[in-house]
Amino acid sequence: MSVNDTLDSAKEQLLRRAAPGRAQFEDLVIVPLFAVAVALMLGALIMLATGIDLPTVGRSFIALLAGSVGSLGALSETLVAAVPLVLAALGLALGFRTGLFNIGAEGQILMGGLAAVIFGFTFDGLPFAILMPLSLLAGMLVGAFYAGIAGWLRAATGAHEVISTIMLNLISYRLLDYMLRLDWVQREGRSDPISRSVPEAAELPRLLEWLDPNLRMHAGVFVMIAAVIVVHWLLFRAKLGFEFRASGASPDAARYAGIRAGLIIVLAMATAGALAGLAGANQVLGVLGRASPGFSAGIGFDAIAVALLGRSHPVGVLFAGLLFGALEAGGRQMQVDAGVSIDLIGIIQALIIVFIAAPLLVRALFPWGFRAASKGDAE
Amino acid sequence: MSVAEHAPRAVIDHAARRRTRIVGAILILIAAFIVVVLGDAPSQATFRLSRPRDAWVLPNLVVPAQPFIYVAAALTAFLGVRQFLRGGGRWTTLSLGLGLGLAVLAFLVWATAENAFSLTGMLQATMVRAVPIALGGLAALMCERVAVVNIAVEGMLLAGAFTGALMGSVIGGWGGLLSAVVIGGLFGFILAALVVTYRMDQIIAGVVINLFVLGLTSFVSSQVFAEMRHLNNAPVFPALKIPILGDIPVIGPMLFQQNIFVYGALIMVGVSTYYLFHTRNGLRARAVGEHPRAADTLGIDVYWTRYVHVTIGGMIAGFGGAWFTLGSVGRFDENMTGGRGYIGLAAMIFGRWHPVGALMAALVFGFTDSLQQKLALLNTPIPSEFLAMAPYIATIIVVAGLIGRARAPAADGKPYVKE
Repeated sequence: MSVNDTLDSAKEQLLRRAAPGRAQFEDLVIVPLFAVAVALMLGALIMLATGIDLPTVGRSFIALLAGSVGSLGALSETLVAAVPLVLAALGLALGFRTGLFNIGAEGQILMGGLAAVIFGFTFDGLPFAILMPLSLLAGMLVGAFYAGIAGWLRAATGAHEVISTIMLNLISYRLLDYMLRLDWVQREGRSDPISRSVPEAAELPRLLEWLDPNLRMHAGVFVMIAAVIVVHWLLFRAKLGFEFRASGASPDAARYAGIRAGLIIVLAMATAGALAGLAGANQVLGVLGRASPGFSAGIGFDAIAVALLGRSHPVGVLFAGLLFGALEAGGRQMQVDAGVSIDLIGIIQALIIVFIAAPLLVRALFPWGFRAASKGDAE
Repeated sequence: MSVAEHAPRAVIDHAARRRTRIVGAILILIAAFIVVVLGDAPSQATFRLSRPRDAWVLPNLVVPAQPFIYVAAALTAFLGVRQFLRGGGRWTTLSLGLGLGLAVLAFLVWATAENAFSLTGMLQATMVRAVPIALGGLAALMCERVAVVNIAVEGMLLAGAFTGALMGSVIGGWGGLLSAVVIGGLFGFILAALVVTYRMDQIIAGVVINLFVLGLTSFVSSQVFAEMRHLNNAPVFPALKIPILGDIPVIGPMLFQQNIFVYGALIMVGVSTYYLFHTRNGLRARAVGEHPRAADTLGIDVYWTRYVHVTIGGMIAGFGGAWFTLGSVGRFDENMTGGRGYIGLAAMIFGRWHPVGALMAALVFGFTDSLQQKLALLNTPIPSEFLAMAPYIATIIVVAGLIGRARAPAADGKPYVKE
């Protein structure tokens, strides 16, 4: 076996883990279930270790459930939290499929969201049917451009996208702070960095307001579903998506097949950035109504976890995003009801990914859950 | 290297040529920036080289602002044009470094014009701010030299900072430092277990450790520290002045009037350079990073080597993390590392996977960091946000300009499956 063969097979294994072609039932259902269960148990242990008594642990898990799926309001909150996660994670998943590790969703969300806000209040007065879609589009375009920088750098100079997207994230925080203090962006009469409000005609309408004015679920849910369908079509039905996946699976083979590697990298990054920008636009037009420093609140990093959990498959990403959205919404309820900090959710999320991304570890921990597979391993 | 230089000229490396031209264009842009933005500096800039109470007092350095700035711009433009005419090879990197350096000097002179500025103070702050970045870079380097990509440096730094604060409050400074090193090593061991034994994707494993540490430390700090403040009140290591060396002007305060973290970082850079490039074990470690199968054939235990070095990398990061609490403020805040680990990673790449290079790159980041702080005092018209962005933009430029010539260990990021 030559060196190249060895390297290729190693790479293949890596990619199969990040973006499996046709995962088996066990990988898709049993491993995630175990992962969630074990992560919750370990979360309980951590709570006990920090001096929280057992009844409170029980109460916090009940609150976690009630706050995520326990009522119509809880479901609405779960969806509100899931929308930006799914949108940004779809972009990251597309990147993973192309062999690109984009850590820059956070910055792309900030820039896209800011663009949507600025577009919204600049063209105040346009009718809803024009202003709202165009504001979303503005967010997408700016997000695509911001991610495209990293893609272009990778294609033109070979600068690794992990480093450049991290740097672009750090730049975006400062750029946002600066923009929010500009006269024409900052809200009148305020000295702190906060943007003008989005006019009503640019807002994503709330869908359940007629039932209860507190229900925040907004039309972004439709955007999310549409994005899942479009990305699925793009990845598995369109020529461009095939080129994305081919470049990710084997850059050399793709190049020999006449696929222009540099162009594909730029396009994949830009598409990912467009989706992240859309996520940012969704947040400001559907939930926040304005931009403020760090309004992305870590969604871009959580989206990495969502994309990994969803195995870089659009439908998987949808379910993973809903799960993380539920954890987020339930976590807020937990903080209110049981006084347990929402930071616990971050720990549980990290543990879920460990167990998902290292199936060997789950199998080592629970050999009885994988009878067929462990036989396969033993061969 | 020498093979490439003697290769026939007909073999044209398109990527290298494009890089050469891009660097040239960047240099000309920098020169234009210097002239257009910084061109109208009025009088002269005064740099203080000593503080009044120093043992040897040097006179102030006075630079005529306008001539200096124009000379810097001319030199940068020359380097840029040269890239197009007969650039390439080592000159690409060198020119980019020189150009950026000249731009920084010109900027410093421009910002200081009609003012006085303590160079000594800024260099001292540079060293202090470079420490966590250098240690983060060194930690990542120990891992990458055995072909394990360590994105988890950020989390390890944060874990070290947290442990330093907690254990420092309970059992004192040295105990806290030791605990931070142990916890850093523990996370290194966990990373090694995940990627070596369980063959998890290395970047995913790193992201997960970062998420986990961020969640855990934030959780404990809001759940426990908020009520029990005495658990988050650690002693801070004081600066130790080394007798004679500390009195050298300019360099003395920078290198020899610092706390143990600065000395520790400098010593570790020296030791790891010697270890990696001049000892048998270092050679073996690098072999594992370059060609694990060949190393395995020669009887080197690839898994063991990776475990050991990743754990050592974690310990270095733990030490670096303790700087945030025991070496500076004595108190832990949520996410207080603020991306320093990632910048350390960039410093490692910038420094071409060499400890000394990583230290130098960290000093560049530390310099811009402290420059930004000091310039706030000088009332420059440039918004502070742009100064804060400068090091990150510089990193992108440098990574884009350099990466083609800096080479990662060949097996970097790839799991090894023993046959």
